[in-house]
Amino acid sequence: MSTLTRETRSVPRPEPGVSFAGAVSSEWIKFRTLRSSWAVLLAAVVAMIAIGGLIGYVTGSNWNGKLDPEDRVVSAPLQGLFLAQLLIGVLGVLFVSGEYTTGMIRSTLAAVPRRLPVLLAKALVYGLVTLVTLIPTTFLAFGTAQLFLHHFGHGSSLSAPTALRSILATAVYLVLIGLLGSALAWIVRSTPGGISLLVAILLVVPVIFGVLPGQWAKDVTHYLPSEAGASFYSSLQSDGALTPGAGLLVLVVWVALAMAGAVVLLRRRDG
Amino acid sequence: MIEARALTKRYGDKTAVHDLSFTVLPGIVTGFLGPNGAGKSTTMRMILGLDAPTSGRVTVNGLSYADHRAPLREVGAMLEARAIHTGRSARNHLLAMAATTGIGRRRVDEVIDLVGLHEVADRRAGQFSLGMGQRLGIANALLGDPATIILDEPVNGLDPEGILWIRNLLKQLAAEGRTVFVSSHLMSEMALTAEHLIVVGRGTLIRDVPVAEFIASASSNSVRVRTPDPIRLRGLLTGEAVTVSSSTEGQLDVTGLTTDEIGLRAAAAGIALLELSPVQASLEQAFMELTADAVEYRSFGPDREEVAV
Repeated sequence: MSTLTRETRSVPRPEPGVSFAGAVSSEWIKFRTLRSSWAVLLAAVVAMIAIGGLIGYVTGSNWNGKLDPEDRVVSAPLQGLFLAQLLIGVLGVLFVSGEYTTGMIRSTLAAVPRRLPVLLAKALVYGLVTLVTLIPTTFLAFGTAQLFLHHFGHGSSLSAPTALRSILATAVYLVLIGLLGSALAWIVRSTPGGISLLVAILLVVPVIFGVLPGQWAKDVTHYLPSEAGASFYSSLQSDGALTPGAGLLVLVVWVALAMAGAVVLLRRRDG
Repeated sequence: MIEARALTKRYGDKTAVHDLSFTVLPGIVTGFLGPNGAGKSTTMRMILGLDAPTSGRVTVNGLSYADHRAPLREVGAMLEARAIHTGRSARNHLLAMAATTGIGRRRVDEVIDLVGLHEVADRRAGQFSLGMGQRLGIANALLGDPATIILDEPVNGLDPEGILWIRNLLKQLAAEGRTVFVSSHLMSEMALTAEHLIVVGRGTLIRDVPVAEFIASASSNSVRVRTPDPIRLRGLLTGEAVTVSSSTEGQLDVTGLTTDEIGLRAAAAGIALLELSPVQASLEQAFMELTADAVEYRSFGPDREEVAV
């Protein structure tokens, strides 16, 4: 018998079909077998922790100098998230857009022609990997900052008000931004397109609303992903901002809407 | 078995495939032949459910591709070799594909050996040569040990050894009772590999025939005659339904007469013949004649309007 022929022909048990578990397993293999996945994820981890330490040192050593009020709050050492959100967002974009730029998507969709399981499996794998990585990361960033702050006598602990919420929320915020990046990449099917769109939503749109005259523009700003996210992770409630819970909800709605758009397009478009 | 019924695909106002119906049977290699841009790749993408037909339907073993419980075990396909992430090794690519359908690691190793990529399986696919990429694409197609195999231009970029390997592999797969559907724009390649031909041009079906019949029906057989006295012989042969042309000094190309007729007439007139041989039109010629009106881009020619379509 040649190597091409079925070797299990005599076995009555049916061979496994395509399944969601299979799609998840496939996406996990895809994620972990790309060097770029780990490189970008590592960069985000390093950024969070290094910037946390830097903020702890600068804030601690200048405690009585000229500091903004938000520099002294408990969540201040987590501001590495402004850089980390771009890295995590790019990771989310790349995990999807890499399939399109290389042509891999055709193999992927041929293996799982129902398509929806691919999108869900990618989101699940991405969400779990980043969450599992980022929760320890945000704790470490906070802890690194405290080493310096305690040295200067201004440290706080996990039991401080809002500390635990800020640490966990920062990790969750970053994961959600990554998922938003993935959804955008499904929609535009290109790496530069996905990254530009994500950066515009996170950094450019809030600035535009900020300079628009009128209270309505300020009100709208609170509902943008970046600002809703800030309400969720920050120790400091700015005027008129959403509560942490509402901030999380608004952010989740943004991600869900983008994913819904991605699902509709993925099912309708030619691969 | 692949069955296409009135398959049509339009992109905007451009029709890529028009009312295409054909059946691809198991047990033989079926060639899908047509000039570049004839709609072969589009048709193959529709078979795999990657592109949705504008109208019509195509099934594999009675079901739409996506309706199969385990599509990879039903149909193995290679659509353009580069449907692979360049940053991932060949082995990891195959492992990821296999995982979707619960295909084990042992089968992955098996197909790697089968296509001869054993030594480079852990190298990033982006560093592969065109030929290695083709082999990886074929490994991918064979992963689920499918009963139907669809390959889009598999010999592209292969060296002669690779081409021979593909030819034998396709024949072997067909001999095992599988449905083997292979596209090409090279008639000569199909003549050596396929038993049946589906010829398309500009998205429509031109012929659906056994290879042997295609050659016989499409060929304009002629006879080549060499003689020291071509002028006299030409006068002797010229007649109704006979054309005589001469490309080289002392040589005539005759259509409309058999070798016997020419030989006897020459003998009767006492003309010496140095050569008298039947010339069968090459497959490439037959193909060119058939698809002459269906070539999407022509280098030049008087009918410019057709070129623009």
